[in-house]
Amino acid sequence: MKFERYGAGIAKGMVVTLKHLFRHPVTTQYPEERLTVSRRTRGNELIWDRERCTGCATCAKSCPQGAIRIVTSRGEENDYIVEEFRVDSGYCIFCGLCVESCPYEALFMGYGYERARYRRRELVLNKEELLTSEKKQPSGYARPKVEAALPPQTLLLDRDGVKK
Amino acid sequence: MVIKTEPFVVNIGPAHPSTHGVFRMRATLDGEVVLDIEPVFGYLHRGIEKLAEERTYTQIIPLTDRLDYLASMSNNLAYVLAVEKLAGIAVPERAEYLRVIMAELQRIASHLIGVGAFLNDCGAFMTPILYMIREREKILDLFEMVCGQRLTYNYMRIGGVSHDIPEEFLPALKKFVDSMPGFIDEYDQLLKENEILLARSKGVGILSREQAINISASGPVLRASGVKWDIRKVDPYSIYDRFGFEVPTGSAGDCYDRYRVRVEEMRQSVRILKQAVEKLPAGEVRSEVSHLVRPPAGEAYGHIEAPRGELGFYLVSDNSIAPYRFHVRAPSLLNLTALREMVVGWKVADVLAIFGSIDICMGEADR
Repeated sequence: MKFERYGAGIAKGMVVTLKHLFRHPVTTQYPEERLTVSRRTRGNELIWDRERCTGCATCAKSCPQGAIRIVTSRGEENDYIVEEFRVDSGYCIFCGLCVESCPYEALFMGYGYERARYRRRELVLNKEELLTSEKKQPSGYARPKVEAALPPQTLLLDRDGVKK
Repeated sequence: MVIKTEPFVVNIGPAHPSTHGVFRMRATLDGEVVLDIEPVFGYLHRGIEKLAEERTYTQIIPLTDRLDYLASMSNNLAYVLAVEKLAGIAVPERAEYLRVIMAELQRIASHLIGVGAFLNDCGAFMTPILYMIREREKILDLFEMVCGQRLTYNYMRIGGVSHDIPEEFLPALKKFVDSMPGFIDEYDQLLKENEILLARSKGVGILSREQAINISASGPVLRASGVKWDIRKVDPYSIYDRFGFEVPTGSAGDCYDRYRVRVEEMRQSVRILKQAVEKLPAGEVRSEVSHLVRPPAGEAYGHIEAPRGELGFYLVSDNSIAPYRFHVRAPSLLNLTALREMVVGWKVADVLAIFGSIDICMGEADR
């Protein structure tokens, strides 16, 4: 092992380190300071629109994990009545194929990212838990109308060149 | 007095911070010097090739995300190229450009982690990699903007890409492309002439040109040994023949060359990105393809130059909705077979540096 030039290269590197002392930090203090996620976030928990859903089960067929279970019965006007719509989000890989394949735009990805649970059984969502609520916002993934209404994503790129 | 010594077998891994996942090396040591090394694979085996045979062609795309999780876009691209070859599906012009943009962004992101992790293994613990993670974060922001996730993108589709880019994407990408060369210069100033790095990596773990070709290494490992072989040039896929870029090569085939080749490749990727942003046409991003693709019976092999080397997907179809056989030619696995050639005769600390310089991803090697 040779040591050449008395560490001139190390000193050169140190200049970079020194410069960074006067730079705005790129990190954020997470629970206090929050970044806005992408408008197309494939976030936690699917959201189901009870009125639009016809019970065609295209989402269940397109799911690679088999996480969606739909049970329907025949209604009076020869339509489907959705008896059961159950999503096991423990199996969900958030690929978004169900949302993309839905022909009636009745399924949305979630916009949230803080929906951890203590029990595995709480991950299984039934019809009522899948509806949208104050805590559960739909994301704009494959839904351009929802996307346009959401706030723009914060980018680290915008922090370039910001002085301390 | 003569001390009787005998070789000593040490397990490095499977759960070792320097093995980049779960990989085990059974090293036979004479004191500090490595006499022999035996890689043990399979700790991250998930049976993805078999799982894929039970899924439809579209449902496999999220599975390919989970192969090389540091370069999911490249995996997506290689897979959809294979399916399009098999089924004879055309891709719109704009989608081709978007694919190239995503693949090159992914190459930069992957090389940033590759270089950073290599320096981690060399002993520059966490300082250089954090500079690189900062730039990778910007790329992940762009990916998140386009497809909604930061690691498992699931963006490419058979016959195009899943969505068009949002309007704020191109300005952000231009900003990134303009600023990235400056950051690469910064890494060079920080590391290129650093004496400790030179002492740790120059002349260490030499893989000769012949050895590299014989073990069918690919990617930066092969190019660092002086072979000018890049699938983007020798078998242009997608629209890579329309872009001007160089193929950086090394000469010695040591750890330092592998590190340099990665850094130079990042510059070339920025060059491709610049051209792609300028030429990006308007139009459709996805041709009319059903979610249930049913390719005619036959076989196809689609390969790309992934960040780690030649990534290929071999598909056999029996005219059903799922492939009859699905095989991945993973560059990490084949590059790892060069490990023994490189490390024998070096010390234990060098083993980890050499291992880091191959830049493997165990998700892909074991799959």
